Amino acid sequence: MSWVKQTLNSTLGQKVIMSLTGLFLVTFLIVHLIGNLQILKADGGDAFNVYAAFMSTNGLIHAVSYGMYAAIIAHVVYAITLTLRNKKARPVSYAVQDAKANSSWASRSMMLLGSMILVFLVLHLVHFWAKYKMGWIAYDFKMVTIEGVQYRDIASLVIETFKDPIAVGIYVLGLIGLGFHLNHGFQSAFQTLGLNHKSYNNFIKGFGAIFSIVMAVLYAVMPLYVFFS
Amino acid sequence: MSNHKGLNFTLKVWRQKNAAAKGEFKEYPVTNVSPDSSFLEMLDIMNEDLLHKGEDPVYFDHDCREGICGMCSLFINGRPHGPGEEITVCQLHMREFNSQDGGVITIEPWRAAAFPVIKDLVVDRTAFDRIQQAGGYVSINTGGIPDANAIPIPKEIADKAMDAATCIGCGACVAACKNASAMLFVSAKVSQFSLLPQGQAEKSRRVLAMVNQMDEEGFGACTNTGACEAECPKGVSLENIARMNRDYFGAALSTEH
Amino acid sequence: MLDNKIPQGPLAEKWSQHKFNLKLVNPANKRKYDIIVVGTGLAGASAAASFGELGYNVKAFCYQDSARRAHSIAAQGGINAAKNYKNDGDSIFRLFYDTIKGGDYRSREANVYRLAEVSNAIIDQCVAQGVPFAREYGGLLDNRSFGGAQVSRTFYAKGQTGQQLLLGAYSALSRQVKTGKVKLYTRNEMLDLVLVDGKARGIITRNLVTGAIERHSAHSVVLATGGYGNVFFLSTNAMGCNGTAAWRAYKKGAQFGNPCFTQIHPTCIPVHGTQQSKLTLMSESLRNDGRVWVPKTVEMAQKLQKGEIKPTEIAEEDRDYYLERIYPSFGNLVPRDVASRNAKNMCDAGKGVNETGLAVFLDFKTAIERDGEDVIRAKYGNLFQMYEKITDDNPYKTPMMIYPAIHYTMGGLWVDYNLMTTIPGLYAIGECNFSDHGGNRLGASALMQGLADGYFVIPYTIGDYLAQTSYDKVPTSHPAFEEAEKEVRDRINILLTSKGEKTPDEFHKELGLIMWEYCGMARNEEGLKKAKGMIQKLRKEYWAGVKLIGINEEMNLTLEKALRIADFLELGELMVDDALTRTESCGGHFREESQTPEGEALRKDDEFAFVSCWEYQGDDQPAKLNKEELVFENVKLTQRSYK
Repeated sequence: MSWVKQTLNSTLGQKVIMSLTGLFLVTFLIVHLIGNLQILKADGGDAFNVYAAFMSTNGLIHAVSYGMYAAIIAHVVYAITLTLRNKKARPVSYAVQDAKANSSWASRSMMLLGSMILVFLVLHLVHFWAKYKMGWIAYDFKMVTIEGVQYRDIASLVIETFKDPIAVGIYVLGLIGLGFHLNHGFQSAFQTLGLNHKSYNNFIKGFGAIFSIVMAVLYAVMPLYVFFS
Repeated sequence: MSNHKGLNFTLKVWRQKNAAAKGEFKEYPVTNVSPDSSFLEMLDIMNEDLLHKGEDPVYFDHDCREGICGMCSLFINGRPHGPGEEITVCQLHMREFNSQDGGVITIEPWRAAAFPVIKDLVVDRTAFDRIQQAGGYVSINTGGIPDANAIPIPKEIADKAMDAATCIGCGACVAACKNASAMLFVSAKVSQFSLLPQGQAEKSRRVLAMVNQMDEEGFGACTNTGACEAECPKGVSLENIARMNRDYFGAALSTEH
Repeated sequence: MLDNKIPQGPLAEKWSQHKFNLKLVNPANKRKYDIIVVGTGLAGASAAASFGELGYNVKAFCYQDSARRAHSIAAQGGINAAKNYKNDGDSIFRLFYDTIKGGDYRSREANVYRLAEVSNAIIDQCVAQGVPFAREYGGLLDNRSFGGAQVSRTFYAKGQTGQQLLLGAYSALSRQVKTGKVKLYTRNEMLDLVLVDGKARGIITRNLVTGAIERHSAHSVVLATGGYGNVFFLSTNAMGCNGTAAWRAYKKGAQFGNPCFTQIHPTCIPVHGTQQSKLTLMSESLRNDGRVWVPKTVEMAQKLQKGEIKPTEIAEEDRDYYLERIYPSFGNLVPRDVASRNAKNMCDAGKGVNETGLAVFLDFKTAIERDGEDVIRAKYGNLFQMYEKITDDNPYKTPMMIYPAIHYTMGGLWVDYNLMTTIPGLYAIGECNFSDHGGNRLGASALMQGLADGYFVIPYTIGDYLAQTSYDKVPTSHPAFEEAEKEVRDRINILLTSKGEKTPDEFHKELGLIMWEYCGMARNEEGLKKAKGMIQKLRKEYWAGVKLIGINEEMNLTLEKALRIADFLELGELMVDDALTRTESCGGHFREESQTPEGEALRKDDEFAFVSCWEYQGDDQPAKLNKEELVFENVKLTQRSYK
């Protein structure tokens, strides 16, 4: 399997891992968002709690989640590897550089944007995942009964968390980062996979732009809604 | 070619005695430059002045001065080949520059680990030659060739191959890229052969070898910023990079190892 | 006596017969021979690649940073071949005939016929290499027509044919570099030729980065170093193009053929001032729709020169469409030399139209009124855009300004049918030799000749020479190398220790002006004699003191230039000598004394149907003129007329 190693060691191979993991994480974002939006239902958080319980107990979801952890780790590790390589490729930088003349800010700032997302992600995991799913951080969940079944009330934890303006601020910042990151990352992934065609390029770019804005906005709805309601 | 007054500028130029020396910026005033002068002619004038004063002239690569040899390679005011679209430095004219407020123009060499500075603004681009040597050809000998019209090639394909082959190998793509990536250059060559029937026999071998050499030379990875395409003096398209990616994965997955 | 080695037999069979008669080197023995190729343009790269493929050990040299940048790359229009794909009556004989007639009957029948004969194989070869020639919708190759021919036989790749052909040859060369058969020496310049027992056995080079003077030994040396148009300072050549390699060979005994034959291209962008470094060519196709004119009066021209009036303000009746007036049947489409000469005449009469008074108008007003701007844009859009980029004038609104410029040198090292110079083992190919274009080169023929020489002629003929040469290598410690290197070092030392106020470029510009004025578009005895004196004086001044800086052991721009200009200062004089002795007008060489009553070029076939071969006799000795008589058995010599 030396060719696997060789391919993974090449810049092109590493880039393809970036794009595949990136696209995979995009699908996760969609699923996660559907759950988040349950909190908007005026049912005292019941739908949200049911959804959360489903996500943490369903076997298939469970299995896929490990794939997702791997994807996040691979995305981060290869991002760092490639960035270090790229820094090495230009040891002396320009004194004057007019980069905006030839490229977008987001496309040049993927590492910065990715880091913003990572900070947000860690905080997010500490807030919820470590408490609710993994139980690494002790948290005394209230129990609610919905249609005769007992659920841990994560909806209250969400409300409690998003009453903190600092947490909301960090979330919103992270989501702005996500928007820009997706905007470049989405079309970039297609380009890396070799999916570039005059007839579809504009669609891919346009779709990516709209998708990234919609994602960022809808994700931001949850903390902002909770904070202001 | 109108009757203009001469322009005055202050040039901030990277000076570096040789590959090993430490470089620095030096400032040189240039006066009474015709707006119709090309940028390189302006440097010629400065060099003649320097020589008269007994100073070493500023070294820069240049040859054909009509935008096709790909030798000229200056990073001017933050952009490869300076301001303007689809031109090389030799096609850049002084009327494009504002001589107000001292008219400072900063001139730097291409910056990339794979393009070490030789002297002042002259860099070593033999990395490009080595990439070409790794596989940028159709392995045929002279003679014993079928008639040129034996293989019909659709016009669209021939035109696309030409659009890729138009690359002049100047290295502006590497210079512009924040990662000093050579993807546009390499993909242009790979694409030319990948599109044409003549290149099919060695398609997999070629793309693997050329990408491998590109990585070995120490160019950065592509992050699809598109800066290369925007600064390419010949307008070589990003489409070529996507095509090379496709070819590469196809080759990596299908070649027997 | 010069032996041109032209084979016996009928014209069409000479080359195949000759190939059969050439001696061969056994494939296993080819690796025992080393060949040096200087220059990596079309001729050099194709030759070096072909030698490598055959199995010879090759060292290839170029002064550029990469073999891909030689000035062949700048050729725009195309490459001729007698494929007759258009079914319009083309044939090898017709291409031969057009080329020999276009050259004003000053080239060899046998060479030109061979060129036409191998032209088809060149197209096959280039297509197989992946050169993306223009195609028709059916997928077959497209052709365009070009000056001097009534058939469509020019293959092209956009306006970048030279680039694509060179990249094809460069890719073949790269493949041989990879196999190890060719070793590339970029940023290296040949400064002298080394002879051992009267045979070319090596060269002395200077590494342009480190300044190292190096010796290279081989069994044969091939010069593919291009033309010497830069003797005029301003030309369409690249800045680095120079005549040093050819000139050094000349001084070691290789004879120089027809040095005065230079081609001037009529449609270049005019000189804008003294800061200009080079001239840019605009495609000749512009003359299909543009009308050439100057104002009728000198007064009006002066107003234009001072910028007091605009060209568009000049009324129709005040314009002199002089080409249409003098040549009613050909009008604006007269050949290159005629168009150029008339532009000069107008400017000499004070009717030049730009600041420097050295330009004429090329006006598209009539064409735009007739066909509409869109049609003109579709035909010439990219050229108009290029013009506007350079001059900041919009040719749709105001007439273009053009002026002739030096473009190509038909003269060069004399070679026999095998492309060998008068020094055994020394070959010259491409623009570097004098061979195939006679007094004037047709468009799209330079690329053809470079590749014909490199791919399909020299790989055969060099084998014949090597087969008769022993395998023994000459060590670079041989006294001949010692001596040649010493000569080079001495020359460098003299220049570096020279104390003068004038820079190399200033000398070069001065030389260029002399050459342009007296040995340019029109020449006469008085002017040429004057020029000879001026060049001698300038050369004396040069060696008495030129401003250089730095040392040899580093990258040294002033030294590079100074060495090249030193040779131009000698070569220029030989061009003048040649122009003086050829008292006929022919091709690019127009002697004012030899005109028809209507003021057209008058060729004198009974006196001048020969190649002037100049033999070096020592510094400050007049060169000796030898003549190779040109025999025409297959074409009838006719006088050109365009009235």
